Amino acid sequence: MGVLLLEQTLNGLQFSVTLFLIAAGLTLVFGVMNFVNLAHGSLFMVGAYFAAWFAGMLDSFWLGLLCALPATALVGLVIEVLVLRHLYAKDHMVHVLATFALILIFNDLVRIVWGPLPLPLDLPSGLASAIQLGPVPYSSFRLVIMLSGVLVGLLLWFLVTRTRIGMWVRAGANNREMAIAMGVNVKWLYTAVFTFGTVLSALAGVMLGPLVAVEAGMGDGVLILAFVVVVIGGIGSILGAAAGALIVGVVDTLGRTALPALLSATLPPAIASSLGSALGSMMIYLVMVLVLFWRPSGLFPANS
Amino acid sequence: MQTKKSLSAVLWLLLFVVLASFPWLATRAGEDFYIGVVIRIMIFAIAASSLNLILGYGGMVSFGHAAFFGLGAYTAGIAVVHGADNAWLVWLLAAAIGGTSALAVGYVATRTRGAYFIMITLAMGQLFYFLFVGLRQYGGDDGLRMSVRPALGLGLDIRSETVFYAVVLGWTVLMHLLLARLVRSRFGLALQAVRENEQRMGAIGYSTRQYRLIAFAVAGVMAGVAGALLAMHNQFVSPKLLHWSQSGTLMIMVVLGGMGRLHGGFLGAATLLLLEEVLSGYFSYWHIYVGAILLLVVMVSPDGLVGLGRLFRRKAAAPADAGRAP
Repeated sequence: MGVLLLEQTLNGLQFSVTLFLIAAGLTLVFGVMNFVNLAHGSLFMVGAYFAAWFAGMLDSFWLGLLCALPATALVGLVIEVLVLRHLYAKDHMVHVLATFALILIFNDLVRIVWGPLPLPLDLPSGLASAIQLGPVPYSSFRLVIMLSGVLVGLLLWFLVTRTRIGMWVRAGANNREMAIAMGVNVKWLYTAVFTFGTVLSALAGVMLGPLVAVEAGMGDGVLILAFVVVVIGGIGSILGAAAGALIVGVVDTLGRTALPALLSATLPPAIASSLGSALGSMMIYLVMVLVLFWRPSGLFPANS
Repeated sequence: MQTKKSLSAVLWLLLFVVLASFPWLATRAGEDFYIGVVIRIMIFAIAASSLNLILGYGGMVSFGHAAFFGLGAYTAGIAVVHGADNAWLVWLLAAAIGGTSALAVGYVATRTRGAYFIMITLAMGQLFYFLFVGLRQYGGDDGLRMSVRPALGLGLDIRSETVFYAVVLGWTVLMHLLLARLVRSRFGLALQAVRENEQRMGAIGYSTRQYRLIAFAVAGVMAGVAGALLAMHNQFVSPKLLHWSQSGTLMIMVVLGGMGRLHGGFLGAATLLLLEEVLSGYFSYWHIYVGAILLLVVMVSPDGLVGLGRLFRRKAAAPADAGRAP
């Protein structure tokens, strides 16, 4: 039981890190442009597809990663300039519908380009084995995911708090009109922020690719979780995204594994397994509703 | 204006006559298949109209409306599994469950506005989705099969496709008239005023949150009934009905048909479902075309297809005007 719990906690942390990578870009776009981007999950998917494609051609996971990031960034750049840029000033419903349309388009586009079957993306050769963490053998690739997430987190912290661009981003999130009045080139800044968010999402897609199936629609479920993270953390806050990702990742993983076990100790097994799995998947949404009930603008509101 | 109004009334009457005689025509033409298609259109028209009440008239961007639709469907499914054999009872239950759950969700959601409203309705919708995915005694992920359609009484056999068609047509007309009455009533006018300027309505003494909440609950009742009808039509309920992408589809219908237009829900449901029917016949990947059309509509016309038509007319008229200028 203890070993299982430790392993599940590690899986939860790894899930948190991936969620953070996705949510960080989402919260930046949401906070700075006040833009609800449902297509963020599609960029996650496109990143994974590019990685699988390039890795297949170049026969190396890392070269695949290296090519997938700029390729996905280009896709992000193109949709920002062609579509999204014209929508920032419109209301949230237009954002939701336009980016929902983009989801439909991207899901079919990857099927048309790469076929209806999932693409294989193998673990990098050096990291396919497990390493011993105390009593638990644990996948070394998952540890690399965690490490990369932490590094990206530190990089983001540095960029946002210690550089001029970061200052503009914070200014844009806090008070857009004032930032414009102070001479920040908002149009360029928006494109940069969106493209950067795309790269983060693509990175998450590439890293998660070998663990899940690289297939059409793979970003749709993860997108909703990322939104939950962003809303719990507070729209526009990187720190909030980190805290939200930690909460959602751990609660979700433990809710799905520990809760059924816990319930089966007290209830008849048939009811416990059914109720446990239902409650386990509902947990994070319950947490989100509770958080919003007590703190309507999330745990770390960016505009306070 | 008056002639335009009566013209539109005549058109809708004509549409009703066509719809009412459709099963007879389809059977005559040997195209029974399309009776089912039209039934689906009418059911989705009710669901989309209910969303139009809160989205179009109330200005609340609810991204979890499929939850109430699906709850109504599951209410019907579960009632039948437990031996309910009366359609009227099933409808009543579905309306009650749809309404009360919308009241509960709305109680939390109407505290918020803007992006947070979208996100909280989305999360609540997913909550119900995962509830039914997890409930294995009611089929879980695989969905729930209904062995029979609950009986209608009155000496009518609901198993007949034509009778069921008539039932759905009746509900569609009823809900349509209800919506028409509602949006022209004091309540409806106040709701639209809250959409336009909530602060001002608050200042002149309306408890604006109550208006939004009641509209949300009424929409839940309508969606619940539509869900029960869909369950009875398919004799099958799947958790996919509650998925967030289904909420997105309902929203697309409302926006295509025209937000805050009385017939927007019907027009949108008919357009999208017929479009799907046609496109899926020609292409194996047809979602991409739906996506492209939707993107075009939201980018150039906030008023849906009706607005799109007007936009083209204006574009066509513009050069003529320019030519006339001195």
